[in-house]
Amino acid sequence: MKILVCISNVPDTTSKINFTGDNKEFDKNGVQFVINPWDEYALTRAIELKEAKGGNVTVLNVGEADAEPNIRKALAIGADDAIRVNAHPKDAFFVAQQIAAVAKEGGYDMILMGKESIDYNGSQVHGMVGELLGIPSVVPAFKLDMVNDNTARLEREIEGGKEVVEVQLPFVASAQQPMSEPRIPNMRGIMTARTKPLKVVEPVGNEAKTAYTSFSKPEKKGGVRMIDAENAGELITLLRNEAKVL
Amino acid sequence: MSVLVLVEGFNGEIKKSSLEAASYGSQVAQTLGTTATALAIGEVHDDALAKLGEQGISRVLYDNDPRLNNFVTEAYVKVIAKAAAQENSKVIIFSNTNIGAAVGARLAVRLNGSLATNVTQLPQINGSSFTVTRGVFSGKAFADVELTSDVKIIAVKKNSIEITSQGGTATVEKFSAELTDADFAAAPKETVMQDTDGGVLLPEAEIVVSGGRGLKGPENWHLIEELAKELGAATACSKPVADIGWRPHHEHVGQTGITVSPNLYIAIGISGAIQHLAGVNSSKVIVVINKDPEAPFFKAADYGIVGDALEVVPKLIEAAKALDK
Repeated sequence: MKILVCISNVPDTTSKINFTGDNKEFDKNGVQFVINPWDEYALTRAIELKEAKGGNVTVLNVGEADAEPNIRKALAIGADDAIRVNAHPKDAFFVAQQIAAVAKEGGYDMILMGKESIDYNGSQVHGMVGELLGIPSVVPAFKLDMVNDNTARLEREIEGGKEVVEVQLPFVASAQQPMSEPRIPNMRGIMTARTKPLKVVEPVGNEAKTAYTSFSKPEKKGGVRMIDAENAGELITLLRNEAKVL
Repeated sequence: MSVLVLVEGFNGEIKKSSLEAASYGSQVAQTLGTTATALAIGEVHDDALAKLGEQGISRVLYDNDPRLNNFVTEAYVKVIAKAAAQENSKVIIFSNTNIGAAVGARLAVRLNGSLATNVTQLPQINGSSFTVTRGVFSGKAFADVELTSDVKIIAVKKNSIEITSQGGTATVEKFSAELTDADFAAAPKETVMQDTDGGVLLPEAEIVVSGGRGLKGPENWHLIEELAKELGAATACSKPVADIGWRPHHEHVGQTGITVSPNLYIAIGISGAIQHLAGVNSSKVIVVINKDPEAPFFKAADYGIVGDALEVVPKLIEAAKALDK
């Protein structure tokens, strides 16, 4: 089984977010980048499936050279090889086109990624890849198992419940917890990752459908009003009469 | 051309998030000098459909094919694409639900359109430029995004648009996309709804009561549930609480859990790690109850109480019981 796992390189969850250049660009200064946490669920599940059934896990990133440390990390966690499409990820459609092109050429049985990236929160790429390739997209999935060599069984979240879906290979799915327990690379993994193949390819096409024009930050809160714990009930009165939310 | 709005039903009624999408769609239609048409799929009562007129919808296309009662990605995409073609819609609006996210991306590729999800404000339309504001960096920032294609698809973030109420009744027309069995090939084998015990669905809730490790153990969770019940709220939890198994993962609010934006978020015994704040900081009013006066969450709060959850929450329950409802 050939599995393609798409990862994005995103600011660590604890990052303070700032913008530069007249609020037109994200300020990378002092920011630690990590594998998108949602993508890690997809990556570890792919590795688990490979360990159980055999096969190959390829990691794909659409991004610039500064993403390579995290691509190596994915290899250290257990992926077999990697591809980086050498381009600035302009928007979801641009990225989806790149993934679809790689997937077409590689003939993968399964294309997995996180349910969204924690930087742009678009939740678009998986569906776009499915549509570009004309295969099903199951999103957001929190359980993924093989029923037999050609069929996977997934559980996906819907508002207020879940759906159990069976699909034929190939398909696209997006991952969220608790699909798997993300792993920390061990020393042996880190050593072998250095020699695993990482192929850099040039992008196809240049088309984007959206253009980011500027960024802003939420307004700061006016400060907290403290209520004495002894008179905690007063909070309920304030929420009704002052904040008017009850 | 008219603006097309996808509305979702739940137990025969229209979801609150869809009423927000309808309000958004009709305001965009007004700006563009056209009308807004809703497309309803699945089981929704006729009177609920006609009442969409209050949100400014003039016509409702209703596809009541019983096979659509459960969500099936391919079938839904086909129905929406056909309605958009019939109405010659260049702007399509839906709510940023799991269904919206699943169909939006496929629809954008099929219709060669621009897609923006997680949209928090009405668009700025200037001649041919059409720009929306959307939440990015998991609630830590907003971005203005220009939708450059002819067809524009917008998924509106829940609880960020006021539901309008301008009177009026929508006319309801039957609509069929003449789907074949092949469109349902990937239909779910099984759909399981959580037992909310008459409670409120977390992603749709206007009030959320959320608990963390300050509750000290799952045996004290009834305090969260009782307060939620008195306030008509949904319950949620912090990541550590879901990780140690006190509560299921679908209740975990935060950067890697659900993002909520209710009118009122009450955090009890949650210290306020930056990842948790990212999931809640678009809530309109935030209340923090924590025994540690240095808890970082107080910096993001509107109201705060320093005290032990097990002593404070019973007092809140008592005060909530005394409110006239």
